[in-house]
Amino acid sequence: MSKILELEALRKYYATQKAVDDISFSIEKGSIFGLLGPNGAGKTTLLRMITGIFYPDMGQITFDGKPFDPLNDIRMIGYMPEERGLYKKMKIGEQALYLAQLKGLSKAEAMEKIKYWFKKLEMETWWNKKVEDLSKGMSQKLQFVTTVLHEPKLIILDEPFSGLDPLNANLIKDEIFGLAQRGSTVIFSTHRMEQVEEICDHIVLVNLGKKVLDGSVAEIKQKFKENQFKIRLQEKPANINSDAFSVLQDHSNDLVVKIHEGFRSNDVLMHFLQQGTTIESFHEILPSLNEIFIRIVEGSSALTRSFQKVD
Amino acid sequence: MNKIFIVARREFLTRVQKKTFLLTTIGVPILIFAFYAVIIFMSVKSTSDFKVAVVDQANVFNGKIDEKKSSEVIFSFVNEDTATLNKKLEQKEYDAYLYVPAGFSISGQSNDSLQFRSAKTVGLMTREKIESRVSKALEEKRLLSMNISKAQLDSIQAQKELITFANTSGKKENQTKVGVSYAVGFISGFMIYIILFIYGTMVMRGVVEEKVSRIAEVIISSVKPFQLMMGKIIGIGAVGLIQFLIWGVLIIVIQLAVPVLFPQLFEGMQAQPVQPGMMAAVDATKQQPDMIKGLMEGLNQINFPLIVGCFVFYFLGGYFMYASLFAAVGSAANEDMQDAQSLLLPIMMPIIFGIVIMMQAVNNPNGNLAVFGSLFPLTSPIVMMARVAHGIPDGVSTFQLILSMLFLILGFFGTTWLAGKIYRTGILMYGKKVTWKELWKWAVKKN
Repeated sequence: MSKILELEALRKYYATQKAVDDISFSIEKGSIFGLLGPNGAGKTTLLRMITGIFYPDMGQITFDGKPFDPLNDIRMIGYMPEERGLYKKMKIGEQALYLAQLKGLSKAEAMEKIKYWFKKLEMETWWNKKVEDLSKGMSQKLQFVTTVLHEPKLIILDEPFSGLDPLNANLIKDEIFGLAQRGSTVIFSTHRMEQVEEICDHIVLVNLGKKVLDGSVAEIKQKFKENQFKIRLQEKPANINSDAFSVLQDHSNDLVVKIHEGFRSNDVLMHFLQQGTTIESFHEILPSLNEIFIRIVEGSSALTRSFQKVD
Repeated sequence: MNKIFIVARREFLTRVQKKTFLLTTIGVPILIFAFYAVIIFMSVKSTSDFKVAVVDQANVFNGKIDEKKSSEVIFSFVNEDTATLNKKLEQKEYDAYLYVPAGFSISGQSNDSLQFRSAKTVGLMTREKIESRVSKALEEKRLLSMNISKAQLDSIQAQKELITFANTSGKKENQTKVGVSYAVGFISGFMIYIILFIYGTMVMRGVVEEKVSRIAEVIISSVKPFQLMMGKIIGIGAVGLIQFLIWGVLIIVIQLAVPVLFPQLFEGMQAQPVQPGMMAAVDATKQQPDMIKGLMEGLNQINFPLIVGCFVFYFLGGYFMYASLFAAVGSAANEDMQDAQSLLLPIMMPIIFGIVIMMQAVNNPNGNLAVFGSLFPLTSPIVMMARVAHGIPDGVSTFQLILSMLFLILGFFGTTWLAGKIYRTGILMYGKKVTWKELWKWAVKKN
């Protein structure tokens, strides 16, 4: 698969901090990509460079095989920033039309697409309403429509589910999957890890302006696993200790064990089988992204970072 | 389609489609005309005379103050003591009385002075009329008592306005022309001052709204910040232009329509002073056409195409120059409009200086201050209008006018470039109170 976006040694320094400090990664076409990081990690700056709002101080952005040209490529990108809003006094239909035209769509084209999306998300009756009359969830839906309306190759969503109820969140989630299936690439920025685990194929974690993790969700989990297994036995044998592992938790018939260096999971099973115990279940405990996130980010608060000097 | 145009069209349409736009655009001139109509109507109607009883114990006035009969103050000579007069004041038979004590003499050697009593406070205009008529009568009496004959006195009074004001080119200057130039210069300068404020703050509010409603970043991802700023400025400028166009048309229509709809108003104005057989009335009727003639002459001598052309140029030039600055301030503001207020001051200062210099310039269009103010781009839109009203070359030389326009265009590029950079940073900056020092840093930093 070819790449839609390649970042190479991207840097953006502000007067008081290195917002983005030498970040490189690439995104496959048609994938759903998670950009993670704590508050103030440099995510927004990174996204603003990808959307052409900021110019990088150094580094190279390649969009769809060519050097990124913000003036023309902007038509191919849909960006829903975290700090988002709409004109409160403007009618919803006119607003969608205006934003689509700003993306370079002709009026007829824009009308056709607006009608399609409004119908799909059951928003047809909203046309003449004003944004100030909408609930937060409704305006979020409208915001999503205006972001994807011009069928961008690259869709960037910064915290797309904030303020949405589970029903509407599922609706939007399905649309995101749908868009990815039709060939769009989605960059998904959030710090809600359970959503990332559910949606993303590939993630990058940034902290303090640097990339600290890069890989598929399964890969990363494998990388951070601690060889812990959970085992359920019908009845506990007399000797549960062995050289192969140490017991971390012992809770009635459930045990959590950590396998030592040089041993395999089979050694655990062997130990119990030899004692004639019936094993009811046995599975590996993989760390959640949340645990990984906290483990990496902990101790490097954004506060200390704001006093960091640029040399 | 150009994105600046799309933005400008939205800015224009959303404002023009508002009900308040229609209300102010059509309501304001109608209100102004209604106001004038009421004033004219009142001045025509309010002819209740002010009656003054004169008790001339020294017999200074010899039974009459002067020849005027038609004016609003009527003097009647009576021979009553002050007590009865006080009572008559209460009964409103007279509005006031003038008491000339027996010891009063026109040579001014006595200690007794004229006494004036009224039941209510006398209005400034009436008071001035009484004062001038009485002191003029006294002056005449004094001159006559110094053996100057009535014929001599009349000829002295007839010898007025012998000075003709002319400039070096020998062109005669009608006094009313200077007056009309003054008025035109003042009004057009003042209008530009108002425009800069109204439409400048409109731009600022628009920017603040975009920032506060958090749509700025959504739009910035489709258009360049500069395009968004220029689109807004052009759109609101177009609103202003349309508004002035409508006002211009309305004023002309109303001016034509009012005499047709209310002919009695104007007849009344003309008929009022005509009371046949009276000297004063003849004087008055002779005077009024003279004034109107002078006014028309003055208006004819004013170069209106030049003034209208300059007005449009300085209106747009001044607006575009200041609007970008207002936009920059708006971009630095947060939810709290108070922040913007304090940042606004440095922008308001030159506008206020402009109006101060303009007030000097209408009087003295070639003074040093006026020349400086009309060349300096931040004040020139206001000051130059005052000078242009006096015409070329009386008020301003062609060279200076062209130079001033050139400076204004350069000033526009300068402020827009500077403001564009502030705007680009400010529009995406949240939750921080910004100072001018920081704005300056944003403006001069690279890229």
